Amino acid sequence: MNLLYDPWPWYVAGPLIALTMFILLFVGKKFGMSSNLSTVCSIGGAGKYSDFFKFDWKADRWNLVVVLGAVIGGFIASKYMSYNTVKINPDIAQQLSTDYGIESAGQAYLPPELFASQQLTDPFVLAVLIIGGFLVGFGARYAGGCTSGHAISGLSNLQLPSLIAVIGFFIGGLVMIHLLFPLIFS
Amino acid sequence: MKYLSYLTIGIFFGIIMYKSEAASWFRIYEMFQFGSFHMYGIIGSALVLGVIGIQLIKKFNIKAIGGTEMNLQPKEKGVTNYLIGGIIFGLGWALAGACPGPMYVLAGAGYYAILVVIGGALLGTFVYGLVKNKLPH
Repeated sequence: MNLLYDPWPWYVAGPLIALTMFILLFVGKKFGMSSNLSTVCSIGGAGKYSDFFKFDWKADRWNLVVVLGAVIGGFIASKYMSYNTVKINPDIAQQLSTDYGIESAGQAYLPPELFASQQLTDPFVLAVLIIGGFLVGFGARYAGGCTSGHAISGLSNLQLPSLIAVIGFFIGGLVMIHLLFPLIFS
Repeated sequence: MKYLSYLTIGIFFGIIMYKSEAASWFRIYEMFQFGSFHMYGIIGSALVLGVIGIQLIKKFNIKAIGGTEMNLQPKEKGVTNYLIGGIIFGLGWALAGACPGPMYVLAGAGYYAILVVIGGALLGTFVYGLVKNKLPH
């Protein structure tokens, strides 16, 4: 048992996420982690191609500072506060190994089979990461928010649209894991 | 000074995401396999406290710093964009094992392959902007 290095249980993490949302509300902002993607597109000149990106991105700079903080937080946590291994349900770990050859549950934070840098030379892995990211970016904007914006902020504010979006998140996730993974990874 | 507080909030959030393992591909996979209560506990407990807090903010009309209204505008009504957009997001969330917040946390943690996922997410956002008017909302 090591208080600094051990992972945090759900009943510590969940309340701290709610606290993050309340601090952002208190400073006059809101909790959502996908709108910064639009801000970056806007800064990059995407307004030339679509009015969707014609907005005053300078007003959203705070959002990018939160992102920068998240990067630093990831650095601090992984370097000084973690064993960088994730233990999941042993049955699921076994199934990952048997079905997909992903053997690293319990020994890594992310499966090196997909996220080791040298795997990027494998066109299949590259395609999985690009398409996965593309769907996240496209879907988050189409749905007007992601897990933080809808599943935490929107549902906390009892918004029906957010409930519909979150149901969508789970339909998509379940279809991917149960129907598409066997086709993609076997 | 203001930006320093946003930076601190971001660092705090990044540490929570990493330490809770919500940024781990394995935990996302396990969640969609219903293999553990962990992710449901995180989202659920954040939500219970979130609902209570926001009801209290509304009941007592608590203001943000500077006396301005809290940023709690209602979402636009609709079904199609929330459902279809949500499903597309969910497909990507499970495939890449990461949603937008954790992507940045993982980049900071040194998993550089996640930069490809972030690049894909930027591309997806851009393409949405291009085709937005042709999509049902």
